[in-house]
Amino acid sequence: METTALTAKENAKQAKKMKRSETWRRIKRNKMIYLMILPGIIYFLIYKYLPMYGLIISFQDYKPYKGIMGSEWVGFEHFQRLFESTEFWMIFKNTLVLFGLQIFIFFPIPIIISLMLNEVRHSFFKRGVQTLIYIPHFMSWVVIVSISYVMLTLDGGIVNAILETLGFEKINFLLNEDWFRPMYILQVIWREAGWGTIIFLAAITAVDPQLYEAARMDGANRFRQMWHITIPAIRNVIIVLLILKIGDVLELGFEHVYLLLNSSNRSVAEIFDTYVYVAGLQQGQFSYSTAVGFFKGGVGLAMVVFANWLAQKFDEEGIY
Amino acid sequence: MAKQRISAGSKVFDFFNYFLLALLGIITILPFIHVVGSSFATSAEVANTKFLLFPTEFSIKAYEYIFSTDTIFRALGVSILVTVGGTLWSMLFSTLTAYGLSRRDLVGRRAINFMIVFTLLFNGGMIPTFLVVQQTGLLNSLWALIIPVTINAFNMIILRSFFMNLPAGLEESAKIDGANDFSILFRIVLPISLPAIATISLFYAVTYWNTYMHAILYLADADKWPVQVLLRQIVVLASGMNYDAETYTDVPPPEVTVKMATIVVATVPVLLVYPFLQKYFAKGALLGSVKG
Repeated sequence: METTALTAKENAKQAKKMKRSETWRRIKRNKMIYLMILPGIIYFLIYKYLPMYGLIISFQDYKPYKGIMGSEWVGFEHFQRLFESTEFWMIFKNTLVLFGLQIFIFFPIPIIISLMLNEVRHSFFKRGVQTLIYIPHFMSWVVIVSISYVMLTLDGGIVNAILETLGFEKINFLLNEDWFRPMYILQVIWREAGWGTIIFLAAITAVDPQLYEAARMDGANRFRQMWHITIPAIRNVIIVLLILKIGDVLELGFEHVYLLLNSSNRSVAEIFDTYVYVAGLQQGQFSYSTAVGFFKGGVGLAMVVFANWLAQKFDEEGIY
Repeated sequence: MAKQRISAGSKVFDFFNYFLLALLGIITILPFIHVVGSSFATSAEVANTKFLLFPTEFSIKAYEYIFSTDTIFRALGVSILVTVGGTLWSMLFSTLTAYGLSRRDLVGRRAINFMIVFTLLFNGGMIPTFLVVQQTGLLNSLWALIIPVTINAFNMIILRSFFMNLPAGLEESAKIDGANDFSILFRIVLPISLPAIATISLFYAVTYWNTYMHAILYLADADKWPVQVLLRQIVVLASGMNYDAETYTDVPPPEVTVKMATIVVATVPVLLVYPFLQKYFAKGALLGSVKG
């Protein structure tokens, strides 16, 4: 008994040793591969991880000439100032509203379009529509906002010209705070709805055609096939994308909002990103605006973790 | 009977489906046609026509005007330089990293993958990133538009998934023939990965062409501005509606046709590449994406 236990122990030791030397061998064999990924790792360390280290300036009274090592610590002072300001709650609310629009209005649209495209049997027509609706994705936000400007402007803008012909009053879309949110989400839909279908269409193609066959036998019409086969089949893709979207909770597109923002619609349009830009880079409040950004990033991370946990609770795969 | 009814309902369904999709396609493209059409019209026609799509009087005055100074040439030059140079730069490092991480026998692969994916979920934010860009000496250099975005983690992951799906025997047989890892990548893996390479190159090129935020963050000199920043100056700021309108000078606002022509100039180069690469990206983008 004892001897066997001993040999087992020794065997384990031996195995461990062998495993270690095996690992070494693998590392050595792949030294060229390590050389390949080295520049990539250095990039991520410098431009992604160093800024994360830089977040500590949100707990300091950062002075550029003193640097991170030399600046004075102030604890949670900036965060306290943040939560106490009325500005903060306005921005928080604006960010949440735009996020809500993204989730509840924008998110389902590419799914619906994919389901519709999937029912098209003429591949020429399908490709034609796809080509058209993909195009705006390749335009910058500057181009999209510019097109909106020339179309929506008060004098000579095509939309107001049409409103006038139809006997309505002209609307100053660009300076009216009531129109900021509709304009924002319509632009998001226009730019991204088509592109968003790619992933769902890919998932739909992977559905086993026999399932449809069987459903038809049971007398399911096309809506029922969609409802009982296609949608459940792509459910996991939908959930993964929803989690990612939720993780992006506060990433509403700095460029997009910044371009639409003006002093007339600021009360509904200012979001964390634009606020960080103005307070940080234009007014030089580095530490305070870093605290704002930190808060934003932290909430975003917490939301992904939460959404992923929720997905797993409901027996879905999640993203990690 | 029952069968008849289903097919009738099916026909109605088809009709609405095709109709709505066609409408969607047209609505998507209509604003752009309006802009292109107006850019080739005279200012008078733009003012008098409600819904201008095709000008009756063809005019290239707006283009003559915007190309009469070298401002837009310079901006286009910057954009082209950054797009071509940046795409090559990003592809080089993305491919190397993606291929390395696609090798299943690499020790530490999971940890490195996690380190990269984590940057998608959390980052230092605008100000700390700005400070790093400043400290690495890139401020006010065109490199500031390229180096801080060398590898897009999403793009790298798509490439990596593509490489992982290649048959494993390929590398082994090349290795037996004495090829090293670099020559395997450049002489064997890359040539057969053309769809993925083309797709990701397009993604990078579009990002570089559309670069705007980094330009306003990192570049102070107006003569280094890419075309997107110039476009914003001409259309958005000239409407006097932007947030920080103090920078706006009292030059009279340009005519509508000039704004339209500038939009076209800032957009067309990307749209020219798109049809050539479309056949690739439909295939290429699917690969990594479904796995998430």
